[in-house]
Amino acid sequence: MTPTSNASATAGAIERFTARAAAEGLLDVAYARAESPFGELLLAQTPKGLVRVGLPNQDAEALLGELAAKVSPRVVEAPAELDLVRRELDLYFTGRLKHFDLPLDWRLSQGFRRRVLRAIDRIPYGETRSYTEMATRAGNVRAVRAAGSACGSNPIPLVVPCHRVLRTSGALGGYGGGLPMKQALLELERGAGG
Amino acid sequence: MTALPPFQTLLDEHAATVMAVLRGAVGRADAEDCSQETFLAALRAYPKLEDDRNLRGWLLTIAQRKAVDHHRANGRQPLPLAEPPEVAVLDPEPSDGIWTAVGALPPKQRAAVALRYACDLPHGEIADALGCSPEAARRSLHEGLKRLRKELA
Repeated sequence: MTPTSNASATAGAIERFTARAAAEGLLDVAYARAESPFGELLLAQTPKGLVRVGLPNQDAEALLGELAAKVSPRVVEAPAELDLVRRELDLYFTGRLKHFDLPLDWRLSQGFRRRVLRAIDRIPYGETRSYTEMATRAGNVRAVRAAGSACGSNPIPLVVPCHRVLRTSGALGGYGGGLPMKQALLELERGAGG
Repeated sequence: MTALPPFQTLLDEHAATVMAVLRGAVGRADAEDCSQETFLAALRAYPKLEDDRNLRGWLLTIAQRKAVDHHRANGRQPLPLAEPPEVAVLDPEPSDGIWTAVGALPPKQRAAVALRYACDLPHGEIADALGCSPEAARRSLHEGLKRLRKELA
């Protein structure tokens, strides 16, 4: 009875368990880790669609705990379930994908914030908008600060492209993944788009 | 109520223990099937779990139930038993030294020894896992060790 054979038998059992849980519809939240040019991402989806993307500088454990509390404690690592998401992100990072075609689950944002994020979701690839414009689109021209905080709280960054929102002056503003990442994403989109 | 941790945490922390316990209870060949059944049953019930203080004990209780189901399905006497059977159940592929001797113990003693020394569980949790009183768990462990000492002397 070697530790290695025990570990691999356990890993095998977990893998088959995950597949069966998926088939039975028990994966309320399936998640996977994915490599990106910026570091490791955390991708989480519900049966409705992609619900959360964790950027490399964000605490993955805290994020999983948050999903357990807000969505369901049935949070299971199931990489195969997120193959499509991973594939689209890979294509995006290499400039070969300009529009994500993924079902989204918006449940982690409500009200004005959700309206802002839906407006952001319609900003075309390679273009930018201002926080003021997003506030207007969401129905409250004066709520610029709230629009900024909606961007900051975006649960699905990259796919809902909050990196395309800048200050009216053209300054970068903020980004959950850090400003160098925002800058690099804008350059990626300009390069591939131009 | 405190929020339950992500189910994955239970897998990461306790899957190896569940597997080891089931090896002790149903043997190596069937431990994997039983552990899948255990995790599935746990995942189904998890959102409604009210007491999250001893998640390992909870998982091991489910594992124990699955081991009983397994023994029933195979027409063998289920665990736990009031009287440990005197016929030893041998693993299909006995390995070396002490664990071979452990594998030859009666099921309840074997489970108690594995839980104590392979999984490092305290007596209270061994009792939970075996579905018996702490005294009975202690007795099984004691009997198992006594028999091992004799075998290996």
